Amino acid sequence: MPDIVITTENLSKRYLVGHRSGQRERYSALRDVMVREARNFARKTLDAVRGRQIVQGDEIEEFWALKDVTFEVRRGEVIGIIGRNGAGKSTLLKILSRITEPSAGRVRLRGRVASLLEVGTGFHPELTGRENIFLNGSILGMHRQEIRRKFDEIVAFAEVEKFLDTPVKHYSSGMYVRLAFAVAAHLEPEILVIDEVLAVGDAAFQQKALAKMQDVSGCGRTVLFVSHNMTAVQSLCSRVIHIANGGVKSEGDPATEIRNYLSSATSRTAAQRPRSKESIAITGLTFEPNPVASRRDLQFNLGFLAKSSVRLNSAVLILYAVEGPRVGVVDLRHIGFPLAMNAGERLTIQGTIRSLPLVERQYRCNVWLDSSTFVGELTDMAQLTVSPATIKSSYTPSAPEYRGWVEFDTELSSRLSDEVALVSIAD
Amino acid sequence: MVTVSSENAPPATIPLEPRSEQEGLGSADYDLIIEAGRAERRYWHDLWQYRELFAVLAWRDVSVRYKQTVIGAAWALIRPFLTMVVFTVIFGKLAKLPSDGAAPYALMVFAGMLPWTFFSTALSEASMSLIGNANLISKVYFPRLIVPMAAVIVSFVDFLIGFAILVGLMVWYAFVPGWQVLLLPLFTIVAFGASFGVGVWITALNVKYRDFRYVIPFIVQLGLYVSPVGFSSNIVPEEWRLLYSLNPMVGVIDGFRWCLLGGESRLYWPGFCLSLLIAVFFLWLGIRQFRRTEKSFADLI
Repeated sequence: MPDIVITTENLSKRYLVGHRSGQRERYSALRDVMVREARNFARKTLDAVRGRQIVQGDEIEEFWALKDVTFEVRRGEVIGIIGRNGAGKSTLLKILSRITEPSAGRVRLRGRVASLLEVGTGFHPELTGRENIFLNGSILGMHRQEIRRKFDEIVAFAEVEKFLDTPVKHYSSGMYVRLAFAVAAHLEPEILVIDEVLAVGDAAFQQKALAKMQDVSGCGRTVLFVSHNMTAVQSLCSRVIHIANGGVKSEGDPATEIRNYLSSATSRTAAQRPRSKESIAITGLTFEPNPVASRRDLQFNLGFLAKSSVRLNSAVLILYAVEGPRVGVVDLRHIGFPLAMNAGERLTIQGTIRSLPLVERQYRCNVWLDSSTFVGELTDMAQLTVSPATIKSSYTPSAPEYRGWVEFDTELSSRLSDEVALVSIAD
Repeated sequence: MVTVSSENAPPATIPLEPRSEQEGLGSADYDLIIEAGRAERRYWHDLWQYRELFAVLAWRDVSVRYKQTVIGAAWALIRPFLTMVVFTVIFGKLAKLPSDGAAPYALMVFAGMLPWTFFSTALSEASMSLIGNANLISKVYFPRLIVPMAAVIVSFVDFLIGFAILVGLMVWYAFVPGWQVLLLPLFTIVAFGASFGVGVWITALNVKYRDFRYVIPFIVQLGLYVSPVGFSSNIVPEEWRLLYSLNPMVGVIDGFRWCLLGGESRLYWPGFCLSLLIAVFFLWLGIRQFRRTEKSFADLI
């Protein structure tokens, strides 16, 4: 029987947001300021008398952080929740973990929920590591004997046994987060709700944390997991819910959802751009094949449309990692810039990047344009997924996040010298 | 770099307690519905489940209170003691106000000082407790009532320390309390209720309307003179006694003096009953107000 442990029905959350309208009229007369302040005071007093919330600012606006969110989670599922910043993921988690109340709709939970919205909640700098383990454990909902039982395990996991009786204010930030994560990792609820907490510590610790998470999700526990780390979502989750603008946009298997999410991020930014005013527009940028395997040839196709006559001075494809850094560029000037285009003319540029030297990850592509009417970078014109190369060696490569973005084409040789050789070097 | 070998892991032979016990809640029947404005049916049950967190938070606040200070917990002794000395000199020696019966003036002041200090510290600690624990409130669920409760416990520890001074004073004046002292725990509970009720009420309001942050120091300062701390409430004219007892601390302080000074202090029973009633009313009001606003704390803080 696939029993359902979480049900949400039309879950909505409304916030009141205040704005200051005064910014526009910075040099307003004292009289205006007094009138405005008096009006605000009257409104605040009225709100207070009626027992309502006080909102700072002159203009109050309703804001629906979540609107009609409906989904179900079965026992033992590991659900990834993805979406852009401000889509409502954290609000959703806060409602599920009972920190805040929904404005409308309902949630039904069958099972004890523990939430991990932050690493090290309630840590007190004056208390020692030992004391903080008990404090933090209790805050996360563990019982004393439970903490005592797992104490050694927690300490070993955090690698802080030498400093157990030192106040945590003297800890390095790395030790601090390791200890905090270690406590959280030993939580054993039936439903675990996690918000972007894997991004702590150094690379080695992150790998350990990820492995621990895999353990946790492996033993039949229900996990809700918010992350921007698509690799982690892909490897941990059995199903993904994509949240956008406070609602469930789609849900389904991780690979599809992640692809849709990444491409929706592209199309949204593209749609926001006022293209009509410009005399030159990009009609499309495609990569073929996409996804492409690392070390294979990649073809691209870029189309322009001139809306009025325009001179194109230069164009550059700029490849970024989804995480932010610029990875490389393709300079398109070699096709013979500057180039004059008449109204209605189309320009298509095709090219091939040979033996794509990129690590398997997500990339996005911007186009830099220098024309007689527009100079600037057009963002998120295309998304590129690079999949792993066919492995030739007998070694399994490490996870992509430890390998950076560039795959070097290397040739290695080695020689094991004997002691005599070493001595002769020393001479 | 510290390296950990797997041998450090605890032996696997630790007996596992029955799950329902270690998890606190019988998990099989755990079924919770979250809805807007839904009153929590198992609120008090939940509060009981979280008693360990309450103990831990109280312990944290107590152990952190005097960290990084030179004389530590002695602060809990020095402050009421010095206030007592000042009050005894000003009200007893200079203003020559009468004490309760034959009891030494200093002793009478201190018997009133104890519950008053408890009340005022509890009030200021509790009212700032939620804001001080904002990071907890916005990241973890637990019955929020725990936080001001823990803050009141901290002031209660100071209160117990203050008893040491009282005993010292009694020895100094060779004063033997009467049988009434046996009723002291009862009056302590009343003091507790009054402090907690008012404290929780203001705590809930303070989250929503931060104005109370400025009101509280004012109440504490003014209350010290309005309540019969430096003087005996017997000097209040008889016809005003009942009105005076509207201040719940009047009943509490009078009750303490009656217990500690024995026959020397007469208790004005109608006034005491009124104070008690007011204290109970505040307790009811405070908890009601708190529970009503509790769910929006995370949004407001």
